[in-house]
Amino acid sequence: MSAPSRYATRTAPRRARRALALGPGLAVLCAVLAVVAFLSVTQGSRSIGLSDVLRALGSLDNDGSITSTVTLELRVPRTLLGILVGAALGVAGAILQGVTRNPLADAGIMGINSGAAAFVVFAITVLGVRGVGVYVWFAFIGAAGALVLVYAIASLGREGATPVKLALAGAAVTAGLASVTTGIVMTNVDALNELRFWQVGSLAGRYAPILVGVAPFLLVALAVSMFFGRALNGLALGEDVARGLGQHVTRTRAAAFAVVAVLAGAATAACGPIVFVGLVVPHLARFICGPDYRWILPYSMLLAPIVLLLADVVGRVVAAPDELQVGVVLGVVGAPAFVAIVRYARLSEV
Amino acid sequence: MAATTAFKTVAPSSAAAAAVRGNRRRRAARSAAVTCALAVAVFALFVVTMMVGSFRLGAWEVIASVLHLRDDPSVDFVVRGLRLPTAASAVTVGLALGASGTIFQQLLRNPLASPDFVGITSGASLAAVSGIVLLQASGLVVSGLALGGAIVASLAMYLLAWRDGVTGYRFILIGIGVAVFFEGLVGYVLSRAQLYEARQAMHWLTGSVGQASSDELRLLAGALIVLLPVAVLLQRPLRALELGDDAARALGTRTELSRAGLLAVAVVLVALAVAVAGPIAFVALVAGPIANRLLGPATGGVVAAALTGAALLLTADLVAVHLMPTPLPTGVVTGAVGAPYLLWLLATTNRQGAGG
Repeated sequence: MSAPSRYATRTAPRRARRALALGPGLAVLCAVLAVVAFLSVTQGSRSIGLSDVLRALGSLDNDGSITSTVTLELRVPRTLLGILVGAALGVAGAILQGVTRNPLADAGIMGINSGAAAFVVFAITVLGVRGVGVYVWFAFIGAAGALVLVYAIASLGREGATPVKLALAGAAVTAGLASVTTGIVMTNVDALNELRFWQVGSLAGRYAPILVGVAPFLLVALAVSMFFGRALNGLALGEDVARGLGQHVTRTRAAAFAVVAVLAGAATAACGPIVFVGLVVPHLARFICGPDYRWILPYSMLLAPIVLLLADVVGRVVAAPDELQVGVVLGVVGAPAFVAIVRYARLSEV
Repeated sequence: MAATTAFKTVAPSSAAAAAVRGNRRRRAARSAAVTCALAVAVFALFVVTMMVGSFRLGAWEVIASVLHLRDDPSVDFVVRGLRLPTAASAVTVGLALGASGTIFQQLLRNPLASPDFVGITSGASLAAVSGIVLLQASGLVVSGLALGGAIVASLAMYLLAWRDGVTGYRFILIGIGVAVFFEGLVGYVLSRAQLYEARQAMHWLTGSVGQASSDELRLLAGALIVLLPVAVLLQRPLRALELGDDAARALGTRTELSRAGLLAVAVVLVALAVAVAGPIAFVALVAGPIANRLLGPATGGVVAAALTGAALLLTADLVAVHLMPTPLPTGVVTGAVGAPYLLWLLATTNRQGAGG
């Protein structure tokens, strides 16, 4: 800062103070996530003690006992998947909200998850594709297609892609794709049985192979997404200002959308369309960190898996010995949150 | 596409009055013609629905059998036993959805405000599916549950969206939120069900006219006979409401009363339709606009919109059952066709700058 203006002298210490608080905050969130992950491994229709978990994890080979089988083959992969998918949805939501400057943007609301889901269902039932490593590619195509379609339709007209237009176009795409998906599933009883749970969004019954199938994509996309903070901060000032600051707005937007398509597509391929994590978590993060996307992105990446795993554990504990799908828990909790945002947010800009 | 009246500058007052009279006459004539044409189309589709299938019949055979003009046991079995319930439920559900959708759209002054879009249908679905899966309910109980669910959903919408009136897009977005909430619960109920019931419930969720029990159907038909005339009677205040509340009040309309009455009619119709056929997507949304396009300057006829809904649903059912490789629920066809329409609607209103 050359020539410190009054503005700079006032904000620099504030920014430094905020960084001082937010840095350790990330560490705290990591600790919370670890606690929630531990709950996710130990809680369920069969409670498993800490010592058993540590023994199973320590030896890392299945000694044949029920406890270690449940731990290693069900609970641990499920928890890891929950962390990855949650992080992906949270970050995807934060990026979408930043790029579109829209408090209602989220991969679920904008029809991106249902695009991915429709293509996965199509691949499984019509093309007979098996294996998550293959159909995850269909999920990417579907996610990208839905995103481009919704954004293009919402961008028509004078004001560009307003929050309301985006949400409505997303709802229309979701409704249309849902009925096509249902039509495909209805004609095939096996597929119905297979997809009934997947459509609700669930972490259950998705084990190591799925984790292995989607983890590389998600890890790479999450790593890349952390570099978008500055670009999103620029876009938050409006397109003209961002251009004036020397940003390539169109290029930034295209790159961000590509990352979102990978994140949302892989997450949907793994767990079905999970709603509302991506919508609500960035708002939480913004509430904690203020408007700086360099903080919002990592906070969303840590907060979202905490929310998702908590919803999953709640669904397992409340409905034991059955379980509630995580998508149901989130829908029932998240819809009121969405309504609250609609009612009280100034639906202009983030 | 109204013929614009050329004013002759002879005696302005009388000429203008004549022009207005002529305009009104033309509008009434067009409205009558369109409504009659729609009625004929619905009747024709109704008959065709009962003619086609693995056992083909002639139009006259069908009509004679339905009206009990002839006795031919095999034909009677196919027509009255198998095809009449489906055709009748397509007609009644279509009428109810078309009327209900157009009432919602006009009351809320928003082409997107149809009951299937703002959570009312999903509230009815949740109640009905819970009844089917948890209580093994059927028939009139399901109708009652659907009605209860629709009323609860409408009240929830009204309370949540009530902030300086219930107009505008905020209402629609809150409706979408409410719909997601109910659909999440529906998904939960379905995943708790046995597979056979789930299949039945899934079928029901997509919406299909081929599964009504006669009790539900009779109830809906009765409601239509009573409520459609009521809706038509309430049309005048409805017209005034379109001018805005203040103008309507100035014209002497008791806005709150007429609005409440109309909403009640629309909610009852849509709930009973859902009980008969499940939540059939998009018919309620598109019937009104299509009817208005046909009516030209004489927009807003509830009867024309209802007939349009019936024609749409009969067509969708013919497509779903006879043109697809395997028979599908009707709702799949209406959804797959309706979504592009909705996107087009969004795109065009946006271009006019009327969106969001």
